[in-house]
Amino acid sequence: MAETGAGQDNKGRALAGRLARNRWLLGAGVLAVLAVYFFAGSSAYVLLLALAALAAAAMLPADAERQPADVGAAIEASGLQRLSGEYLAAAVADPLIIFDHSATIVHANAAAFAAFGGLAPGMSLSLKFRAPEMQALLDGILAGEVASDAVDYTEKLPVERTYRVSASTVGHATGLYVLVFKDQSETRRIDRMRADFIANASHELRTPLASIAGFIETLRGPARNDPAARDQFLQIMQNQTGRMARLIDDLLSLSRLEMKPYLGPGTEVDLRQTIDSVIDSLGPLASENGVVIEREFANAPLVVPGDRDELFQVFENLLENACKYGQSGGRVTVSVAGGEDGQQPGFDVTIRDYGPGIAEEHIPRITERFYRVDVENSRAQKGTGLGLSIVKHILTRHNARLSIKSEVGKGAAFTVHLPAR
Amino acid sequence: MQSVHIASAYDEELKFLSKRIAAMGGHAERMVEQAVAALVNVDHGLAQKVIQDDLVLDEGQREIDDKAIIIIARRQPMATDLREIVGAIRISADIERVGDLGKNVAKRVASVDGRQPNSLFRGIEALANLALTQLKEVLDVYASRSVERIGLVRDRDDQIDAMYTSLFRELLTYMMEDPRNITPCTHLLFCAKNIERIGDHATNIAETIYYIVTGDQMPADRPKGDKTDKVVLPGPVPAK
Ligand SMILES: Nc1ncnc2c1ncn2[C@@H]1O[C@H](COP(=O)(O)OP(=O)(O)OP(=O)(O)O)[C@@H](O)[C@H]1O
Ligand SMILES: [Mg+2]
Repeated sequence: MAETGAGQDNKGRALAGRLARNRWLLGAGVLAVLAVYFFAGSSAYVLLLALAALAAAAMLPADAERQPADVGAAIEASGLQRLSGEYLAAAVADPLIIFDHSATIVHANAAAFAAFGGLAPGMSLSLKFRAPEMQALLDGILAGEVASDAVDYTEKLPVERTYRVSASTVGHATGLYVLVFKDQSETRRIDRMRADFIANASHELRTPLASIAGFIETLRGPARNDPAARDQFLQIMQNQTGRMARLIDDLLSLSRLEMKPYLGPGTEVDLRQTIDSVIDSLGPLASENGVVIEREFANAPLVVPGDRDELFQVFENLLENACKYGQSGGRVTVSVAGGEDGQQPGFDVTIRDYGPGIAEEHIPRITERFYRVDVENSRAQKGTGLGLSIVKHILTRHNARLSIKSEVGKGAAFTVHLPAR
Repeated sequence: MQSVHIASAYDEELKFLSKRIAAMGGHAERMVEQAVAALVNVDHGLAQKVIQDDLVLDEGQREIDDKAIIIIARRQPMATDLREIVGAIRISADIERVGDLGKNVAKRVASVDGRQPNSLFRGIEALANLALTQLKEVLDVYASRSVERIGLVRDRDDQIDAMYTSLFRELLTYMMEDPRNITPCTHLLFCAKNIERIGDHATNIAETIYYIVTGDQMPADRPKGDKTDKVVLPGPVPAK
């Protein structure tokens, strides 16, 4: 937040400076156009030009002498280069950072502020980008060994991103340098996703497949003429295929989320309406499990930045878990409070059940993929062990957090802290 | 405004220290990342590389110590600058330890065969991610000097402890299930402990930065608490 503020402040100041310097810009521009025009002409014109210049010099000796000198000074000192640099930087969609000979940030465009938290003009680049290859890149370019260079740079945390970073000197002897980050994460992530998907999917699909294969064998052999057993086996097989289908859906939506770790800007959602529709959609499951869902929040709309479908999935997963695993408590409450998470204003949505709860040692782990406290119970509930990992991914994209509180025997409370605008 | 010096060469010397710290930090972050990757994928080549990379950090620490002592002797720095220099010495020592811990994880790759359950490796990866996030945040604060973000670092400390305790339990159950698991699981246990201690060094660094910037000690509200000493497994595990 503060970083973006600083960026804007900077722009404001630059604008003021720009207004003051505009007259020089105009002068410089006119002169440049004239010069190009004349020099582009044929040699006959050069002669004419020389004559004209002589005449001009004769007529306006004082002015003609002063003006070119002034214009030169204006180009050097007015920051013309820096101003147009700022425009250019803003026009570049990739993160771009301009820095000086001591690796201090002079200017960074909005994309850079968005991509790297904690940037600020005046900060040292070599303190911020500490990876060995980035240090080598900066050292090389600042030592003047090369005029431009590029490396591949991967940031692992908070979300994995890979960039092709190129550094180059700006103009001649300006003392300025520029870094441009080209995001290559998508390609890298697709590769990774493919490998991960195959590993996870094959591992998790093997169990139901093996059981189906076993039943088919039995049906063709010993149970061939036993209609009662046949029906029972077919029912089990149907359940297993249902589970496999769900698993594939979950894996796909997880992979999709991992491929696009950033939320599109400017989307908004009414929390209250989203939560209400989740409650409605889970009504059948709740009554099947003998659970009453109690809503504890006002009817007024609560608009937060976010994607409706994704947040729907978050609350759906949490509420579904509460109904399934907290079934013995008989009731589940959903409450919303205006919460302060650190200094960040936002809303806390809490889904609380009164079931068996989760033992302390499992709490930090249950958002991992395929982590299940009780594998048998989760299987019986048709769980895939991916629900909370999807929740966590979506919340990371929303800059939100999940906190889990539970006491064994008293139930569990899952709280989502969603930042307001 | 005490930090305005007459001699700019002095500034350069101070800048050298912080730049060197950042480079060491980046190096340590990379080592830990690769050590954990080597462990999870049982990649002996990568483990070997990490072990060799540790030299760079030893060298870095020595260089910072030497430079810092020369600066103190020659410039007789006061207040802020003195804190900056002493802080650099302390931070580089912590980073060097982080590197050692990473190296130790890498050394254990040879003793783990990758036949342990997947969930264990995922757990260790998740623990390492927490510790590395903490280290990254702390080093980012060193760059930006925004000490108000240090509170978040402490929150993570509790998460790391909880995660470590959970892994500890899981490893213990595997060892009791099958004695053949004891050797590899002991190594994994030490790996987890090493990673957990990386988090502790990150917290130390946070405290040093707080001291450099404010001149005060960070208020001590750390009820030191991983609960491994209290972990007891429920009931005897039936022998197979
Ligand atoms: N409210 C709760 N009370 C007790 N245990 C819970 C609760 N919510 C989740 N858990 C535990 O956390 C585990 C992981 O939950 P998660 O939602 O990720 O997977 P799942 O419910 O098994 O599968 P899925 O949601 O993909 O169908 C569950 O298997 C369950 O053991
Ligand atoms: Mg679930």
